[in-house]
Amino acid sequence: MGLKTFKGGVHPKDGKDLSKSKQIKELLPEGELVFPLSQHIGAPATPIVAVGDEVLKGQKIAEAGGFVSSPIYSSVSGTVKAIEPRRVTVGDMVNSIVIESDGAFKEVSYTETEDITALSNQEIIDKIKEAGVVGMGGAGFPTHVKLSPKEPEKIEYIIANCAECEPYLTSDYRRMVEQPEKLVEGMRIILQLFPNAKGIFGVEDNKPDCIEKLSALVSAEPRMEVCPLQTKYPQGGERQLIFATTGRSINSKMLPADAGCIVDNVETMVAIYNAVKLGRPLTNRIFTVTGDAVSDPRNFYISIGTSYKQLLEAAGGLKNPAKKMIAGGPMMGFALFSIDVPTTKTTSALLCMTEDEASLYETTACINCGRCVEACPENLIPSRLADFAEHKQMDTFEKWYGLECVECGSCSYVCPARRPLAQSVKTYKKMVLAEKRKKN
Amino acid sequence: MSDLLNVTSSPHVRDKVDTQKVMALVIISLLPASIFGIYNFGVKALVLILVTIGSCVASEWIYERIVHKKNTINDLSAVVTGLLLALNLPHTLPWWQAVLGGVFAIIVVKMLFGGLGQNFMNPALGARCFLLISFTGSMTSFTYDGTTGATPLALLKAGEHVDTMKMLLGTTAGTIGETSVIALLIGAIILILFGVIDLRIPGSYILTFAVFVLLFGGHGFDMNYLVAQLCGGGLMLGAFFMATDYVTSPITPMGKIVFGIILGILTGIFRIFGASAEGVSYAIIFGNLLVPLIERVTIPRAFGIVKEKGGEKQ
Repeated sequence: MGLKTFKGGVHPKDGKDLSKSKQIKELLPEGELVFPLSQHIGAPATPIVAVGDEVLKGQKIAEAGGFVSSPIYSSVSGTVKAIEPRRVTVGDMVNSIVIESDGAFKEVSYTETEDITALSNQEIIDKIKEAGVVGMGGAGFPTHVKLSPKEPEKIEYIIANCAECEPYLTSDYRRMVEQPEKLVEGMRIILQLFPNAKGIFGVEDNKPDCIEKLSALVSAEPRMEVCPLQTKYPQGGERQLIFATTGRSINSKMLPADAGCIVDNVETMVAIYNAVKLGRPLTNRIFTVTGDAVSDPRNFYISIGTSYKQLLEAAGGLKNPAKKMIAGGPMMGFALFSIDVPTTKTTSALLCMTEDEASLYETTACINCGRCVEACPENLIPSRLADFAEHKQMDTFEKWYGLECVECGSCSYVCPARRPLAQSVKTYKKMVLAEKRKKN
Repeated sequence: MSDLLNVTSSPHVRDKVDTQKVMALVIISLLPASIFGIYNFGVKALVLILVTIGSCVASEWIYERIVHKKNTINDLSAVVTGLLLALNLPHTLPWWQAVLGGVFAIIVVKMLFGGLGQNFMNPALGARCFLLISFTGSMTSFTYDGTTGATPLALLKAGEHVDTMKMLLGTTAGTIGETSVIALLIGAIILILFGVIDLRIPGSYILTFAVFVLLFGGHGFDMNYLVAQLCGGGLMLGAFFMATDYVTSPITPMGKIVFGIILGILTGIFRIFGASAEGVSYAIIFGNLLVPLIERVTIPRAFGIVKEKGGEKQ
């Protein structure tokens, strides 16, 4: 009690014990790596290599396709084998650069910055943009755009999303336990951009060791503080995290910057540090392979572009047959029909489960119990929204604030009638938004 | 990897609580009142409870057989309806009238409107009112300790003194489940602790009713009268177990409070100005009809939406 939090939310089984004590291990990929040109929000990147070219690790292979876009770098040395549509985690075919690794990991040389404080804001943002940094928690919003709000002097809070509220995921946890100083240095760089801002590390209280380590690191930092949060899903949802740490609230039509906030997750802040201090582009990240079907659940330091299949093999493969494989966590991750897909900047986990709880139970009649209402962090009435979605009542759906849904899945999780509430609402939300775009 | 993977939209996990477990919790929370009723009124009460539950479950099973619908008696909602109906009946009611009540509750009030979740009126209360109108004599004659006597609420209406301690314990005349306030409150605490209900409806209902009695009861600040009104009749049973029926109460948090206030006012009017001493059943049934309207005016504002003069901030 007394811990900061938001209203609503659920407490799913966290499953983090499977992998939380496993030290990060570097995994060197073999064979073919795939780099989808669209692994961020915005315009796809444009290839700047051709089939047959030799590339080095850390070499740019695709240029940003616009302001809201991001360049892509090779994470291995080798030969460009193909530029063609490849299957990605969400099931689409996306134009991708395929590189055959030569196994040598020959790297380009990077220029470190001695004194970051001597850099201008624009220089810092350019370095971040050039390194291909995007939101690595899943959204993939280009970080340089996020760090360029209209009125930078009005930014009062830089929030590090250290909640990691998704069950089973432990990559941010391991990063905070093993390299908390990189995270703090990333925060320091962002704070340099926003002189009026305070840095807050929002950490759920199920990670007391992270709270302790970060607190020790920031104890001498007047502009940084650690904010322990109640362990509750979706504590790491952007709107929920902003409310828990600052008491401010935003809706679907606002950006965090409208409330004077900028939120970046752990991996993104580390990537900012790597980009600005070390001059290294984004080519690697921490990735968790876990679930009750996996032989040896682990946290890996992966080369982006490695296939899920290789990661699963590195974790000892499956010990039990998996019914469901998920890219990401069980609450918001994508179910995979093939693990022959590449990891990207935004993918943080592969979860293999022996049981598929989503299709295990039969859906029964809604008893109007209101559990979905209590669970909804957005203060919506999910059961009604699902009805409106089913009957395609667009106006009513909007009137009951259906467009505010953050797709966290809490309503489906708690529903005793096992109704696919979140599934209906988010599908219809996309249809309504598409319809609105058509009208405009 | 020969087996195909399941692919569905997220979330991929579910809570363990299902409808059957929710209904089981309601049944457990009604046990203290049921057991006390059997202790208070004897084995006849037990027989009536079993007959009513049996009638409800059988009605649902047979109806679903006839119309070729999936059997749903396992969700236990018919058991809840049967038990609630029995607790609302005098133990002296002829068994065939109780059976008829069960049939009415399930077939007419629930199944004809589409089954679980679709009825707009609480089935147990609908059946109670049906029986009250059809068999007024047997529904309103109460015996206690072998002698025919009035319920505390009827005595109160007639201007006589009532023993509030007996009303708290429940050693008075009345329907099987309504007499013991303590047993009902134990059940209510179970419901609240397990998150089955919250205090919005019962709290606003009881509070509004208390204020109404103080203002219009004609007894001023007579504490004995107020406590007797709160403990008497079906108020506690109604407020915690019937008004909170999920299906027939608003789903919006503010709507729940409005609903409770409306029930409090209606119960006050019916009890104080009506011919009968009772008013809870009719108040709740009437309130049930207003639920869609209440919901329409109590849509909660979504998180982060700021209300400003002349419309919402975009």
